[in-house]
Amino acid sequence: MNDIIQILIYGMVLGSVLSMGAIGVSMIFGILRFAHFAHGDFMTLGAYIGLTFIGVMGLSPWFALPAAMVGMAVVAVVIDQLLYRRIRRTQPVILLISSFGMALILRSLIQLIWGSENQTYASGIQFPWRLDVLGGLRIKPDHVWIVLISLGLVAGVHLFLTRTRMGKAMRAMSDNMDLALVSGIPAERVIIVTWIIGGALAAAAGVFLGIDTRLHPVMGWTTLLPVFAAAILGGIGRPYGAIVGGMIIGISMEMSTLFISAAYKPAVAFAIMVMMLIFRPQGIFKGTL
Amino acid sequence: MEFASLFAYLVSFLTFAGIYAVLAMGLNTQWGFTGQFNIGIAGFFAVGAYTSAILTTPESPAYLGGLGMPFLVGLVGATLASALIGLVIGRITAKLRTDYLAIATIGIAEMIRLFIKNEDWLTNGVRGIAGIDRPLAGTPLDSPFGYLLIVVAFVVLVYFLLERAYASPWGRVLRAIRENEPATAAAGKSIARFRLQAFVLGAAIMGLGGGLYAHFFGFLSPEAFMPLYGTFLVWVMLIAGGSGNNRGAILGAVVVWGVWTLTELATDLLPTEYATQAAALRVLLIGVLLQVILVTRPQGILPEKPPKLIARKK
Amino acid sequence: MSSSTTTLLDARDIYGGYGGADILKGTNLRANADEIVVIVGPNGAGKSTAMKAIFGLVKIRTGQVLFQGEDITNAKPEQMVRRGIAYVPQEQNVFPSLTVQENLEMGGYLMTGDLGPRMEMIYDLFPKLAERRRQPAGLMSGGERQLVAMGRALMVDPKLLMLDEPTAGLSPKLIDETFERIKEINAQGIGVLMVEQNAKQALAIASRGYVLATGANRHEDTGPNLLANPEVAEMFLGG
Repeated sequence: MNDIIQILIYGMVLGSVLSMGAIGVSMIFGILRFAHFAHGDFMTLGAYIGLTFIGVMGLSPWFALPAAMVGMAVVAVVIDQLLYRRIRRTQPVILLISSFGMALILRSLIQLIWGSENQTYASGIQFPWRLDVLGGLRIKPDHVWIVLISLGLVAGVHLFLTRTRMGKAMRAMSDNMDLALVSGIPAERVIIVTWIIGGALAAAAGVFLGIDTRLHPVMGWTTLLPVFAAAILGGIGRPYGAIVGGMIIGISMEMSTLFISAAYKPAVAFAIMVMMLIFRPQGIFKGTL
Repeated sequence: MEFASLFAYLVSFLTFAGIYAVLAMGLNTQWGFTGQFNIGIAGFFAVGAYTSAILTTPESPAYLGGLGMPFLVGLVGATLASALIGLVIGRITAKLRTDYLAIATIGIAEMIRLFIKNEDWLTNGVRGIAGIDRPLAGTPLDSPFGYLLIVVAFVVLVYFLLERAYASPWGRVLRAIRENEPATAAAGKSIARFRLQAFVLGAAIMGLGGGLYAHFFGFLSPEAFMPLYGTFLVWVMLIAGGSGNNRGAILGAVVVWGVWTLTELATDLLPTEYATQAAALRVLLIGVLLQVILVTRPQGILPEKPPKLIARKK
Repeated sequence: MSSSTTTLLDARDIYGGYGGADILKGTNLRANADEIVVIVGPNGAGKSTAMKAIFGLVKIRTGQVLFQGEDITNAKPEQMVRRGIAYVPQEQNVFPSLTVQENLEMGGYLMTGDLGPRMEMIYDLFPKLAERRRQPAGLMSGGERQLVAMGRALMVDPKLLMLDEPTAGLSPKLIDETFERIKEINAQGIGVLMVEQNAKQALAIASRGYVLATGANRHEDTGPNLLANPEVAEMFLGG
């Protein structure tokens, strides 16, 4: 029983990471109408930007988080305005392969700037708290922070989407792009905000991953498939779906280690995604695509 | 540079380019003919390579070898195995919208790579399979140049096969789907079935490419089939050459392989401590090259009518 | 005959289509602020296309669209909205996951100042919406969705309201109600230009009507005259 709860906690941590990535992917998919293959590397870059802030300014990873989020938001907007915008004006179909190329560009830049060895945010082993309440569960403070901060970010996104005009415009554009344009909603401005949010949340996911495991140039790419799975599971264009999807996938992936080798964790995410694509491609919350 | 080593270099270059040309034509069958966005090329490539290796290598305690079949059997096996995987996957993906298809195919490639990495009993995992024979050992053709001829022969064979297929009644339906899908569907043709057939054909060709690669390189490991080499380069080749176009596929393969090789020559000039960074730099250059092509001339060198996308919601 | 200074919308000799062949072949349409102008015609006549072309959603190859004397040919939807033209498409005309209130808010996206008074006016016009303001629009019935769609458009304080088949798929009672509402809207000084399949009922409330066929004007007259016209009746007024 203890093992199961322990794994459940790991699942929630992974789920938080996946949710952060999936919200961005889902909104980008819903509003810009393409699968953003560079999102995993957005996560990686966010983690490394955080690393720089820690190194340069001696901050703890938690304070580097806002800096990483802002940094990645800026990078995301720049990439869109310099590259994606041109392509979506002329040949939208190509955006997919362009984002795939962007993923490789970002990954190689990260390798060139920061090197390809593993890195960590902090040295030293963190001693987990021992909760004797449920018979000796071990919970690392980091895990608690990751889940709490994710919840906070989710709450922030929720407030933004439901209380602000721009947030509602994002939901509107995701729902019905043509009608949004007919209503005079400024598409380009909404798109920029979409990248800001997507980039910032991806950075958060990357920093969480870095805190929980370690930093490596392919850390985001290997997480991309579960992130896509989470977005599809929840329903494209449905941010709350992305959160639910992220949690389900994260917990399923960790739970699977009870039955199969840990090396096949991504296969669990993939299997769930394929099931959805066959039986209910619109996802749990009925996405817009 | 001595003539002999220059010649040897050229032979090696052209052989690689030829293998990639086969892969690019396989992709063209899926993307150019029917608009199916396969980002999992590496998976089919790997299946073909490993199947041929397993079928042809001698007995080994480390993995499932020992069948010792001849080269051609290995290739046929590679093609069939890849086609089979293509059939299984294609049935799921043939009905998906473009973006979902792309995600699903990259997932497949990852699953195949995981499988190869972890199922040591079959593939020897990360240690890889070595000692894959060149064909025709012991005959006058047993040389790199001989193998180049074999690869060129296959490139030509695949090219003509695809051109014939495209001109056939089957190909006419494919073209009709590209021009006007609703009308073709209304005429009673099952769009999904034709897509699936094109997908399987493309997968088979990719498997063939994998088999050719295995016997050329002589050694296989999961690392050779990372998305960069297996998938991304092929896409750049097809786009640069001209998607929808078999001549474009071959031309793109030669040109882009040339650029890739040039970057290797250039970075070889750097001091050795920069070796890993050099690799990253080459990837960066190819990535940027792709973006430049996409922004300036997305139709490629030999343009063809662009493939029609699958059901993009209006 | 109104003079050109009071003509709200003037579309002249419009040729255009979706890319290939022209669907519109020399269409002419005019509407004034005090009129309800109805466009009827057989299927495929290009009625919806004409409206989309006026609103800038379909490319006009040659021809001119003037709004209050200014050229708006092929202008972007955002500019149309700023000038006071609102458009309600026939299908997919609400934001399904947004509430009624949020749909209205989106309609008023470009408006400055407090949207509250405007929204209250629309709730007064459509009491059914007031009851359901927090419901997601996608869960509403067809008739209610139409009201949301029209309300969304009215949020921009338009001078001209363009409706594409507002009564499509509605029950007879709802059709009557919808036409009543449209008359109320027009009574407030908003010009109405609408495409309709329920030609008889639409022409009954129309000040003027156009009959389009194969992308060109066939007839143009007052509503009652068109109803009385035997040719028009023969064409398709059976339905």
